[in-house]
Amino acid sequence: MKKIEAVIKPFKLDEVKQALANAGIQGMTVTDVRGFGRQRGHVETYRGAEYNVNFVPKVKIELLVNDGDMSRAVGAIVEAANTGKIGDGKVFILPIDEVVRIRTGERGSPAI
Amino acid sequence: MRNKRLALALGVALFGASLGPVALVRADDPPSVPQYFSGANADPAKPVWPDPTGGGAGVWAAPAGDTKGDIPTSLGPTDLYDRVAHNLFSVNMVWTLVTGFLVMFMQAGFMLVETGLARAKNASHTAAMNFLIYPLGCFAFWAYGFAIGWGNWFSGPVPPGWYASLGPGLSVLNSGIGIGAATDAAGNATGAFTYGLLGTKGFFLGSAVGDVSVMALFFFMMVFMDTTATIPTGAMCERWAWRNFVLYGLWVALPYCIFANWVWGGGWLAQAGVNWGLGHGAVDFAGSGVVHAMGGFIGLAGAMVVGPRIGKYVKGKPQAIPGHDVPMVVLGTFILAFGWFGFNPGSTLAGTDLRIAYVVVNTMLCSVTGALGAMATLEMKGLKHDPTMMCNGMLAGLVAITAPCAFVDPWAAALIGFIAGIIVVFSVLFFENAGVDDPVGAISVHGINGLWGVVSVGIFATGQYGAGWNGVVRESYVAAYGADGVRGLLYGDASQLGAQLLDAAVVAVFGFVMAYVWFKFSNLITPIRVSEEVEMEGLDIPEVGAPAYPDFAVHADTRKHAA
Repeated sequence: MKKIEAVIKPFKLDEVKQALANAGIQGMTVTDVRGFGRQRGHVETYRGAEYNVNFVPKVKIELLVNDGDMSRAVGAIVEAANTGKIGDGKVFILPIDEVVRIRTGERGSPAI
Repeated sequence: MRNKRLALALGVALFGASLGPVALVRADDPPSVPQYFSGANADPAKPVWPDPTGGGAGVWAAPAGDTKGDIPTSLGPTDLYDRVAHNLFSVNMVWTLVTGFLVMFMQAGFMLVETGLARAKNASHTAAMNFLIYPLGCFAFWAYGFAIGWGNWFSGPVPPGWYASLGPGLSVLNSGIGIGAATDAAGNATGAFTYGLLGTKGFFLGSAVGDVSVMALFFFMMVFMDTTATIPTGAMCERWAWRNFVLYGLWVALPYCIFANWVWGGGWLAQAGVNWGLGHGAVDFAGSGVVHAMGGFIGLAGAMVVGPRIGKYVKGKPQAIPGHDVPMVVLGTFILAFGWFGFNPGSTLAGTDLRIAYVVVNTMLCSVTGALGAMATLEMKGLKHDPTMMCNGMLAGLVAITAPCAFVDPWAAALIGFIAGIIVVFSVLFFENAGVDDPVGAISVHGINGLWGVVSVGIFATGQYGAGWNGVVRESYVAAYGADGVRGLLYGDASQLGAQLLDAAVVAVFGFVMAYVWFKFSNLITPIRVSEEVEMEGLDIPEVGAPAYPDFAVHADTRKHAA
């Protein structure tokens, strides 16, 4: 079992969600985050004072997949979230020790 | 064009002459109009003023108080005159009260502008300051402010004081202190002074001033004072400790009312005309100086004493600290612009003075060119059209027209506003780079443009209005123009500019020094600034115990170094 975390541009969320559904992957958790990587911010002026807009709004998606589905899921995310411009984001893959469905108490793959 | 102007001036002069005994009579010249125009009283043993019910001046509607009935055929000219006169006072009083309501509503405008420009973590505290300044200021004004400001209103600038548009009961405001007490033929003090300094009647609106006209004047002047009182909260927000602010709220009536006495209460600045030949003395129709410059310079002193916000200056370079709600700022600006339609025209204290139409148009034109001037300046500097700066531009225009609104032509009002919009942008940048942290631009909008408004009277006043202002009637001007109205440099009276420059210098110095001393002193009673920890967390919970946005995770403020 793997956990996939992806930080993407906010306007790409709908496309990524659709692409994952098309790939047969169900379920995700979404959070509003700010961040930057090698993408630099830009300088704005507010009432006479310059400021750097470093932190850029992003969206973070978290989802669980079985090992066999992982490359399909990652491929769907990367293809849907790509614009070719700087700031497209990153995908992180983490190993998962255990997962539990709260309603039924199922564990492991049936709980994904 | 000159003939039309002359005819208008003659008309003004004739109208002024019909009230002539009010402006020019000395204490030993009995007025030839009914006593309720001059405030004189035929029988001092049975005074009609103060008049707490409004029955003293003229006659009401049916049933008529003079028991003569209301059948036209039974009424003589004097009876009709009594009824007409009462209507005149009534129109004026209703006008003054309703425009005063609009000015009171400006408190909401100030609150919205300042809170919108503050950060979310300080929204509750900023709003609370703008809220409580109204009760605090009102209380102080009732307790002592009105008395020291207007206690001697009827005695100055020259007796018998201002024309009684609101009714003759204002004649009870006849006690004060000054230099050079005037005496009548019998050697008794008249209450007037060569140099008026303060009033001394009307503390807590006691029964000695229990008159309907006094009440109307009190209310109207009260809401003006509250405008001054709320201006410094903008310059000092986001780090001003609550308890110190409360003390300030009870004190601010002091500098305001002292200076107001000097310009509006018949004091020595108004008398600079009759005493020193400086035009009509200090002329400030609705208070660019008395209200706005005073507020702005108190704010400057306060911002300097309380110091800049943490993270505002990094290695001397100003950092941006954006406000949390720009729509709030715009809404507040519109509310202020709306309220100004009470502020300026209401200062005639007379709905029967039809010059109010000019005042309204001048106010509107100046407000819009102020916004356009700010926008043009931003464009010229290659900056985006920041709505908060354009709002500052509109407010700067409104501040600048407040003094000259009754005295200038519409083209001058538009120009004054455009210049004000330019001034405010440069002023904000100046103070920002000079190390004075003013989150809302109060010092630039009110202080600097208040001075511009005061000075612009001395340049653009046309002389069409204000004949006999502050008791000044100069033969040479009456001969040249038919009447001696308030006249600026461009229309032939350089001495008025002198009076205006004096007015501007005094308000800046007096306001700043009084406030600087007060803030330093009050800091010894209770600290003026919150602790660093409180300031980083936000003042809402620590200072007033009420978070503005408890349901929202406000970004933790980590700003201490360059962003």
